[in-house]
Amino acid sequence: MNKPANALKERRQINSNTLLLLITIALFIVMYVVGCIIYSSKGFTHLQTFLNILINNAGLLCVACGMTCVMLTGGIDISVGALISLDCMILAQGMSEWGLSTIPLCILVLVIGVVFGMFQGFCVGYLEIQPFIVSMAGMFFCRGMTAVISTNQVSVPADSLFYKWANFKIELPFGGYYNKKGILQVPYIRVSVVIALIVLLVVFLLLRYTKFGRSLYAVGGSEQSAAMMGLNVKNTKMKAYMLSSFLCSIGGICYCLNTMSGSVSQATGLEMDAIASSVIGGTLLTGGVGNVIGSFFGVLINGTISSLVKTNGKLLSSWANIATAALLCFFIVLQSIFAVLKDRKK
Amino acid sequence: MSKVRKLTQMKLFLPICCMILVMLINVISDVAQGNGAFNFFSISINNGLLYGRIIDILNRGSEVAILAIGMTLVVSVSAGTDISVGSVMSLSACFCCMLLAGYGVSSTNEFAMPLIVGVIGCLAMGALCGAFNGTLVAYLNVQPMVATLILYSAARAIGLLLCNNLIVYVRVPSDFTNTFFVGYDIFGSYIGPIPTPIIITAVCVLVMTLVLKKTALGLSVQSVGINRKASRIAGLNSQRLILLCYIICGLCAGIAGLVASSRITSADSNNIGLNYEMDAILAVALGGNSLGGGKFNLAGSIIGAYTIQAITTTMYNMGVSTSQAPVFKAIIVILIVVIQAPPFKAFMANRKAKRDLKRAAKEAASV
Amino acid sequence: MEHSVVLTMRGISMTFPGVKALDNVDLTLYKGEIHALMGENGAGKSTLIKCLTGINNFEAGEIHLEGIDGPIRNHSTLDAQKKGISTVYQEVNLCPNLSVAENLYIGREPLTKFHTIDRKAMVAGAKRIMADLDFDIDVTQNLENYSLALQQMIAIARAVDMDCKVLILDEPTSSLDDNEVEKLFTLMRKLRDQGVSIVFVTHFLEQVYAVCDRITVLRNGQLVGEYPIAELPRVKLVAAMMGKDFDDLAAIKPEGEVDLSGAEMMIDAKGLSHKGTIKPFDLEIRKGEVVGLTGLLGSGRSELARAIYGADKAQTGTLKVKGQEVKINAPIDAMNQGMGLLPDDRKAEGIIADLSVRENIILALQAKRGMGHLLSHAEQEELADKYIEMLQIKTASKETLIKQLSGGNQQKVILARWLATDPDFLILDEPTRGIDVGTKTEIQKLVIQLAQEGKSLIFISSEVEEMLRTCNRLAVLRDGEKVGELDGELTQERVMAAIAGGGDSE
Repeated sequence: MNKPANALKERRQINSNTLLLLITIALFIVMYVVGCIIYSSKGFTHLQTFLNILINNAGLLCVACGMTCVMLTGGIDISVGALISLDCMILAQGMSEWGLSTIPLCILVLVIGVVFGMFQGFCVGYLEIQPFIVSMAGMFFCRGMTAVISTNQVSVPADSLFYKWANFKIELPFGGYYNKKGILQVPYIRVSVVIALIVLLVVFLLLRYTKFGRSLYAVGGSEQSAAMMGLNVKNTKMKAYMLSSFLCSIGGICYCLNTMSGSVSQATGLEMDAIASSVIGGTLLTGGVGNVIGSFFGVLINGTISSLVKTNGKLLSSWANIATAALLCFFIVLQSIFAVLKDRKK
Repeated sequence: MSKVRKLTQMKLFLPICCMILVMLINVISDVAQGNGAFNFFSISINNGLLYGRIIDILNRGSEVAILAIGMTLVVSVSAGTDISVGSVMSLSACFCCMLLAGYGVSSTNEFAMPLIVGVIGCLAMGALCGAFNGTLVAYLNVQPMVATLILYSAARAIGLLLCNNLIVYVRVPSDFTNTFFVGYDIFGSYIGPIPTPIIITAVCVLVMTLVLKKTALGLSVQSVGINRKASRIAGLNSQRLILLCYIICGLCAGIAGLVASSRITSADSNNIGLNYEMDAILAVALGGNSLGGGKFNLAGSIIGAYTIQAITTTMYNMGVSTSQAPVFKAIIVILIVVIQAPPFKAFMANRKAKRDLKRAAKEAASV
Repeated sequence: MEHSVVLTMRGISMTFPGVKALDNVDLTLYKGEIHALMGENGAGKSTLIKCLTGINNFEAGEIHLEGIDGPIRNHSTLDAQKKGISTVYQEVNLCPNLSVAENLYIGREPLTKFHTIDRKAMVAGAKRIMADLDFDIDVTQNLENYSLALQQMIAIARAVDMDCKVLILDEPTSSLDDNEVEKLFTLMRKLRDQGVSIVFVTHFLEQVYAVCDRITVLRNGQLVGEYPIAELPRVKLVAAMMGKDFDDLAAIKPEGEVDLSGAEMMIDAKGLSHKGTIKPFDLEIRKGEVVGLTGLLGSGRSELARAIYGADKAQTGTLKVKGQEVKINAPIDAMNQGMGLLPDDRKAEGIIADLSVRENIILALQAKRGMGHLLSHAEQEELADKYIEMLQIKTASKETLIKQLSGGNQQKVILARWLATDPDFLILDEPTRGIDVGTKTEIQKLVIQLAQEGKSLIFISSEVEEMLRTCNRLAVLRDGEKVGELDGELTQERVMAAIAGGGDSE
């Protein structure tokens, strides 16, 4: 009998999405190597510099994982920065003023995240309101609520369990070196990094090996098809926002472990960093494509940029913002061009 | 019944309703505080300047009203919002002050360049930002809010760079007593008894109204916003129109930035135009315009803008701080978009139908 | 193969607001047959399919499915799928960003004991499914890496694997090339031999005769008949689809042939084409001439017109308007040359739903004049009044929103939009679709009148009768290609033979 399949030409090409991810990884390596060469005298080559990038961006990594999930469905969530400031404020104010202990507060923060995400998700999924509008309102709501709790900068008291967590160093058994005074410097990470890496792993597995994870991709790929194939699109979307806000709250705890304080102006522009990380990591704004490994590299790029600006010392810190925005713009344009090319091929 | 329905379906029903509601709240709170019931509406002249809460709202609401003009067009033509307007305001103001004070100068008592150069620079910067947004949206098909997100975060940072990380003060006051010298404070203070921002807003609204009356911009924008494909077949260049709308929006942000920075005769990159994007979008939504694009109503947006300002002022009077106010605005936005959302409308219509059915059944049973 | 009945639809009726979409239609499907469902646009094919799959709610009639007692009624496509009725559409309803295996299994993934997806089992299962259908492809690749034809077959594979008794293929071949179509047919025959009953909806006559066993023909929402393939030659099929009954309208064409050979050349297209929709064609149109484009739906008749107008920019060839070579990049360029296009999809490309009748009428003229030269309100009202009166548009006022008008009146508004620009050359793509008989005649009369005023027209219609009455000359299209022209004495038989082409034409 005839075998039709052999005659059919498979249109295999270099997958543009893989290409985007490769560009990102290459960019990170180039950036880091350039940093090492230029700032080798300032200690950029030490392992600790890299670990510091992880420590400083642990919160961002959690948020970026959540953001990736939302963006996979073709949505967006710009409330994350504000939600983090609310979380930090609740943690700080709760410990210093309300007299609550660390564990209940952390649980409270996570519950708030889920409930908040559920509301946003309901508006997006079931009421079909544009995600941007919903999450923008969410952003202003959270910022305002932070101010309602306190307009001052509140610090986490030093006698709390949280404080102990924050100062707990996890020393690595390798990569140590002797500084100029001859003292052994052991590279270390903090609790927040462990939390963030666990989140990364869990979300990676979730996206790859569960029905929910795959339905996120399906909804983002084609909402109509997903519905035709029997997936509950509305519910999937709602869950995506719940997940995002939940992860954002975990990120809030990590963030607070770094800053040890809460204030209204905290984490401004973090939503931008998170979106940039996802987009740079190869998540398509139109949804359906991307994974958290890419976002991880996106976060690293983000961290490297600010680390480079900081190490330089002379540059204004706003350069980091501009560089991130420029990168985001570059990748958005790149995505758009790929999309046009793909269309033309059809 | 039908009269009520006719009234609620009027174009300006929502904004005017909100306005009246806010005024009522003011009157009630005045009475509660033991002030005169109509304190809110009183206007007086002190030292040759107009005073009164209405004047204050008109004055303070100028920036939002100007932004609302541009935002209305953007929403209509692209079914998306420009969330960069607040940041663009700040960038334009920084650019203007940088030009007037000279780069790296943190405070000046005389112009480094003529005022007009600063003003033109400010407006040009706004228009440039608008053109950037517009290009991304119209020619690269990026979703409007993602495209404007770039400047939303970058513009303030660029502003800081232009000002060398300083708050630049341009302390050049106007002097009309002996000479006719126009200083930098002119755009934020008074001309005669009237606050200048009110005049500027009036001019902007007038110009826009004239443009809409005398050119086919309104028709074209709505047509593209409603059905881009059909508009193309009918000979409209939708990409150029979208670009134009974003440029106008950027220009409006530039004007608003000028006013805002003139009020404080300085450029404070981090605080000028903070949260204004929210107010502008809220103004458009309150004005009865659908955030899904299509038909627009400029008058509604303007009334919406002043309503927002009235809400803000009222909240301040009640002791809500600047940073807390967004909570209420966020709730209002969500309420409005939920009411506008098709699934919600369908749900309500369904409920009404069921209720009618029940009533009919009851009537049938009683008969 | 024994011929047991799998599915029967009896007396299905359904009305959309104002239109009887289906009127007492029957369909019988036997086990292991490929059954063609034919009919021109608006005949009710897709409505019938939608009644079966639960998208539309029919008012009268019964559907019986083998193995289920009593009449069935589906409420969603999922519902239908569970009963064994699957549909594969022209636009593949799969997720391009997922792998082939995932697309085959989504929503019913094999799970491990930890309730995670068993990817190994899924890939193995997918391979087995594809191998069963004689396809040897890498199922871990993303769907978008495969050709449209293969995607379609994967969609079919998914449907078949979900235990389907009735497979509906809704115009699956529209975007496939000949080679790919042949592959699809091989698969269809294979499935038929496995006992699946297939309903095949298509416009392509060749394909019906290549693969189908029986044909059901619909016209204007009514059943024309059900025929074994051998008893219905091509020309008879075309006649059944298009209808032979002459409606008793007075002849509106002026008596005697007008000789236009000396008239000025209006449009002279040489080798225009648009990739994927219309192969290179030549077309000449003289002043005062009405040229009809005929062919079945999907034959490229709309696409030809769109290439001239620049709605789909022509990629090759040259176009001369009144002897001058012109470059047309966008519709506005064509408009400046005095062209106008009334598109066939009124809702998507014609009306601006939320604008008033007046605004819809002046839109094109306004675009032509440019942004700065706004028509004064008085001029706008005058134009609106003029055309509402002239075309007898039934509207409450000129400020009524166009979406509140009936289809026929909406069409008249769009027509008015173009007449207002005073075009020299007007393309009317299906101007009479979905509108009542009276309005149809009015539009036909208008076409003749415009031609007498010296304008040139392209007229496209699914109804041959209309074309005969209005056109001086017909260009025949088949499968995205202009295959010939008919002039002189135009008769129904000649036209239908030309449309049907080759094969057993009489």
